[in-house]
Amino acid sequence: MESVETQNKILLQGNEAIVAGAMAAGCTFFAGYPITPASEISELLSVKLPQVGGTFIQMEDEIASMGAVIGASLAGAKAMTATSGPGFSLMQENLGFGCITEVPCVIVNVMRGGPSTGLPTSVAQGDVQMTRWGTHGDHPIIVMAVSSVADCFSITVKAFNLSEKYRTPVIILSDEVVAHTRESVVLPADEKIRVFDRVKPDVPPEWYKPYADNNRGVPDMASFGDGYRHHVTGLVHDESGFPTQNSKEVDAFLRRIHNKISKGFHEIMVTKEYLMEDAEVFVIAYGSVARPALRAVRDARRQGVKAGLLQLITLFPFPRKTVDTYLRQCRAAVVPEMNMGQMAREISRVNQSSCRVIKHNRIDGHLITPDEILKHLATV
Amino acid sequence: MLERAEIVRKEYLRHDKKFPHVWCPGCGNGIAMGALLRAIHSLGLSKNEIVLASGIGCSGRMPTYIDFNTIHTTHGRALTFSTGIKLAKPELTVLTVMGDGDATAIGGNHFIHAARRNIDLTAIIINNSIYGMTGGQYSPTTPFGSTSTTSVYGHVEHAFSIAELAATAGASFVARSTVYHASHLEEMLKLAIRKKGFSVMEIISNCHVQYGKKNKLGGAVQMLNSYKENAIKVEKAADMSPEELEGKITIGVLADVEKPVSTEVYRKVVETARIKAAKLTKEKGKNRVKRYEE
Repeated sequence: MESVETQNKILLQGNEAIVAGAMAAGCTFFAGYPITPASEISELLSVKLPQVGGTFIQMEDEIASMGAVIGASLAGAKAMTATSGPGFSLMQENLGFGCITEVPCVIVNVMRGGPSTGLPTSVAQGDVQMTRWGTHGDHPIIVMAVSSVADCFSITVKAFNLSEKYRTPVIILSDEVVAHTRESVVLPADEKIRVFDRVKPDVPPEWYKPYADNNRGVPDMASFGDGYRHHVTGLVHDESGFPTQNSKEVDAFLRRIHNKISKGFHEIMVTKEYLMEDAEVFVIAYGSVARPALRAVRDARRQGVKAGLLQLITLFPFPRKTVDTYLRQCRAAVVPEMNMGQMAREISRVNQSSCRVIKHNRIDGHLITPDEILKHLATV
Repeated sequence: MLERAEIVRKEYLRHDKKFPHVWCPGCGNGIAMGALLRAIHSLGLSKNEIVLASGIGCSGRMPTYIDFNTIHTTHGRALTFSTGIKLAKPELTVLTVMGDGDATAIGGNHFIHAARRNIDLTAIIINNSIYGMTGGQYSPTTPFGSTSTTSVYGHVEHAFSIAELAATAGASFVARSTVYHASHLEEMLKLAIRKKGFSVMEIISNCHVQYGKKNKLGGAVQMLNSYKENAIKVEKAADMSPEELEGKITIGVLADVEKPVSTEVYRKVVETARIKAAKLTKEKGKNRVKRYEE
């Protein structure tokens, strides 16, 4: 007889695991535009979605993809798209629309080298700050980085859940290495996967206020066609959804959409700690770089260096408290990144202790090796 | 007629919420909106099953005033949102109102692809030949030689014919009318909404405040009168030469073709995929039982 462990053990690449995660989370709609190294997500969902009565569409560009995703979500679908840097640039306009209208959706950005057409398709992490500040105006956003095939599955499920729970776009930041690496993973059985669906209104339609505050800061969301006729607009709006320029209403609205994310910090902020209990020096890494970082930490331990790894899964909102705790505990933090220091900047910003923040940047289209990180750990 | 107007006002307008509207006195947008609501009323559609989407500009404000499921999207992108809405809930009637700049400049790519795809959507384009809200800059439908705030020496580019563009791109149904021909417009809108597939309704409208003023075309009344004088029914236009049609507005149904509607074809894709998936699961199940027996 097959054991439970081997029953669901399969060989998957990162992009395929994102699809598996999306299907497990109840995704019913995908709109996208071909781009390497994200195309496998489109291809596989074009097969899987119709099998469960869902919809796949290839749009004319990424602007349109993002528009269709938001439209589908407003009509009640769990919707997502997937792209890489150049396409993610095009999505910024409608991503902002998703933020101001509080529409749940998931956007996967499989990073490749940039700027512009850049390095198709070598690995990079150059889009980190763009996920936070790419669209104009003050807005909250959730960004989660995946480092393995197993992550791709579980973080995708989590991304859908958070987007539904907090009515916000959630960005999954993958990269070319994670996307195309094949690993064997054990996917959890369907009944073990916790899926959260948006809260729908139960008041009579005439009482429904689509953007009214409640104790969670997340208004109940009716779908188009549910009988709760309401107005959705990219203009700043009052609690009934209509445009307003009243300074009190504007302030209350913009603060609420920020505060609803702050209220969920406890479950939104995800980090993983390895050998951090007694660490004196540590690595802060995310995405595919977390893998060589862990190897470097283990090698350093073998050499007698008390090293640890803090892996950031949630990049934004920035897990300030956790990072700060370890900055106070350790004498040095090595921050290896495949960019010129986009996260190191965040870390230095919150660093209130005497801990040294050491940047290690590689931007030649290749993954950072364990040895490169080990050198820093062995010498600080 | 008055009675109908009252029904439309009471039944469909959010008169207690978002009025007065932002449109200038005499603007054609109100006539277009009135004709749309009367068309919907006579088609007997329920407000709950209608989605009205718009982009940005004067036309973009229309959904705010009407008691449907409404969405005021980003500039030029309204059809992409409508596509998502229709695909996720095909039972909804999805209407998209746009301006000429909205639909054919910034949204031009989305417009031709929506027409090519033939999803069951209705695009209503109010064409006033100018960017009104931003102050009268030239749009893709501003006629050659005319004046705008960005073509004070006379416009050097040529205008799109929205209806021809739509038909060439593959729209199932294309009609044109003007805000002078309110009853005709209403009839055309009924046909456009009822048509399965991508339908386009071009409404020639007056922006006397920007376009009219800069080109010395008079006020709203004079501009409406010019539509009356220059409109030619499509049946009559068929017998006229291009020279005779110069400066005229051809109104009526310009294209009406039958072809598979992609929203409906996709439902068949779903059925096929489901059957295939069910077969696969069954086979997998059998194999598992076999292995257990061994």
